Amino acid sequence: MADLITYRDAVADGLAREMRRDPSVVCLGEDIGAAGGVFKTTVGLLAEFGAGRVRDTPISEQAIVGMAMGAAMTGMRPVAEIMFSDFLACCWDYLANEIPKMRYMTGGQVTVPLVIRTANGGGLGFGAQHSQAVENWALAVPGLKIAAPSNPADVIGLLAAAVRSDDPVVFFEHKGLFASRGETAPAGHVVPLGQAAVARSGTDVTVVALAATVPIALSAAAELATAGVEAEVIDLRCLVPLDMATVLASVRKTSRLLIVEENPYQGGWGGTVASIAADEGFELLDAPVRRVAAACVPLPFADALEDEVIPTVAKVTAALRALLDY
Amino acid sequence: MTADMDAQQLLGLYEQMAVIRGTEQAAHDLFLAGLVKGTTHLAAGHEAVAVGASAALRPDDYVFATYRGHHHAMARGASPEECLAELMSKATGVCKAKGGSMHLTKASAGMLGSYAIVGAHLPMAAGAAWSALLRGTKQVAVAFFGDGATNIGAFHEALNLASVWALPVLFICENNLYMEYTPIGSVTAADHPAADRAAGYRLPAEVIDGNDVVVVADAVSRAAERARAGDGPTVLEAQTYRHFGHSRTDPARYRPAGELEQWLKRDPLEVARARLAGLGVADAEVEAAAERASRTVADAVAAAKAADGADPAQAFTDVWADGGYQWRT
Repeated sequence: MADLITYRDAVADGLAREMRRDPSVVCLGEDIGAAGGVFKTTVGLLAEFGAGRVRDTPISEQAIVGMAMGAAMTGMRPVAEIMFSDFLACCWDYLANEIPKMRYMTGGQVTVPLVIRTANGGGLGFGAQHSQAVENWALAVPGLKIAAPSNPADVIGLLAAAVRSDDPVVFFEHKGLFASRGETAPAGHVVPLGQAAVARSGTDVTVVALAATVPIALSAAAELATAGVEAEVIDLRCLVPLDMATVLASVRKTSRLLIVEENPYQGGWGGTVASIAADEGFELLDAPVRRVAAACVPLPFADALEDEVIPTVAKVTAALRALLDY
Repeated sequence: MTADMDAQQLLGLYEQMAVIRGTEQAAHDLFLAGLVKGTTHLAAGHEAVAVGASAALRPDDYVFATYRGHHHAMARGASPEECLAELMSKATGVCKAKGGSMHLTKASAGMLGSYAIVGAHLPMAAGAAWSALLRGTKQVAVAFFGDGATNIGAFHEALNLASVWALPVLFICENNLYMEYTPIGSVTAADHPAADRAAGYRLPAEVIDGNDVVVVADAVSRAAERARAGDGPTVLEAQTYRHFGHSRTDPARYRPAGELEQWLKRDPLEVARARLAGLGVADAEVEAAAERASRTVADAVAAAKAADGADPAQAFTDVWADGGYQWRT
């Protein structure tokens, strides 16, 4: 059996692999040095690479991301950490107006090869300002690539691709997955941006998931399998580039599509997937495209309330049954 | 470059300023003629800040400017023709007509952009300075910004972090007394909106005459030397004045009567002329430089007018580093 590693250790391992490979890779963020990151995702980096390449910053999100941009434009490959993805709102100007537009509006004169890592999503009871799944915020901005791994090997492989990308990448690490374990990745492992994975093969219904909704979808699929239904679960891995070819190929096989997303239904990424499926896959479908997404309310604190709002195995199982009965 | 720069150097700077002044006037006229769309934020009156600073910098230093940034693009090496072509939506524009007046950029000359979200580029300049430090190149980065930027968070975050990390970055405020249409003094709890804040971040600061190209060159030269020596950032507040309004056809009626006239007496071109006379340069030599500048601008206007319009296919290039815009399979 291959070595198991936690998702959180995979982040530190993935960063270390890239920093060893390329001296232009540098990290900056709040508490990432001696403290090893508030989620312990940068443990060991300061000791191995020193304070010159692993820099603690003040609580200054605009300075963190703005400095990463300036460094990226001048020959470095910075990896900036925004502790909680909710805090992207504090530096949103850089994600919405600066980083994704600079190359385009200068007619290609400038390249911005940076990664913004951030802990995303709910399930840990952090309340409305520390639990949001905000990957759809980034999807609203042309010019950003978006990765959101669901398992440790993909953390390493997608991080490698993100760091090596000459385009800016927003890298969503899911808080609810940090403690999860999976196989580690072999040396040199790179998962190209924009290639979805078929996490479970099936012929009866397609479930498209991302990050923490992948294990939820797999659990729901396992439950349905006991009733003889085989769901195919697709792990998108990235929202930009969006691998619709893999999704549509699966729908061609199953004729049914369920999308499971943790961001709100209102403006969530599943709306984009559904719209392409409706447009380009209309004749493949035997049932309406359905979405299990977060409810359109702020994230509540108590588990009993949070479970009401975000996708759960029970909700996905129920949605799948309804879709199969259609 | 220091206060004792020689007459020929100063004459060269005078001509550069005259070219910028003429280009800004041309941009104004072309806007009124309907040949420049959108908006313009002209820097006529600010020329000495850009030209003086540029004279004091190394060619490989980095400059980050604002939406009022035509003078910085040209001072760092963008031609008047490619700047005017950009404003006129021509294929030959310095940004292929994809940026416009507010985003003039000449990356090959270290002019890394004009930014239209106030204050956003101060952290970027700090980041470029960090990069220079990591690469050991002794380059400095300069952020030019208006007085209005001193009240936005990014200004304060950048000054603090640049100070703590002792980065080779210069923060140069062009204080022209107005944030858009409102006097800066009426909305700022500091007499000198940039310089007075510096002490709070343990940074040295200087208030300088931004209309005297020699004073600017001298101050920037000293600040750059400090930065290259590893002694960290400096805040410079250059006092200047914009001859036009905030943008487009703003008549600037909010300015008190007589204020513009007072500042025109300290027009950077006139200040430089007085210095040239003091150095014994003949009037005829200065006039010849002014005429060369006029011809440069006239040629640039003619060439920009004659250039092809933007190629519609360019709308779909340069989103990604591979040149394209594909976002899905």
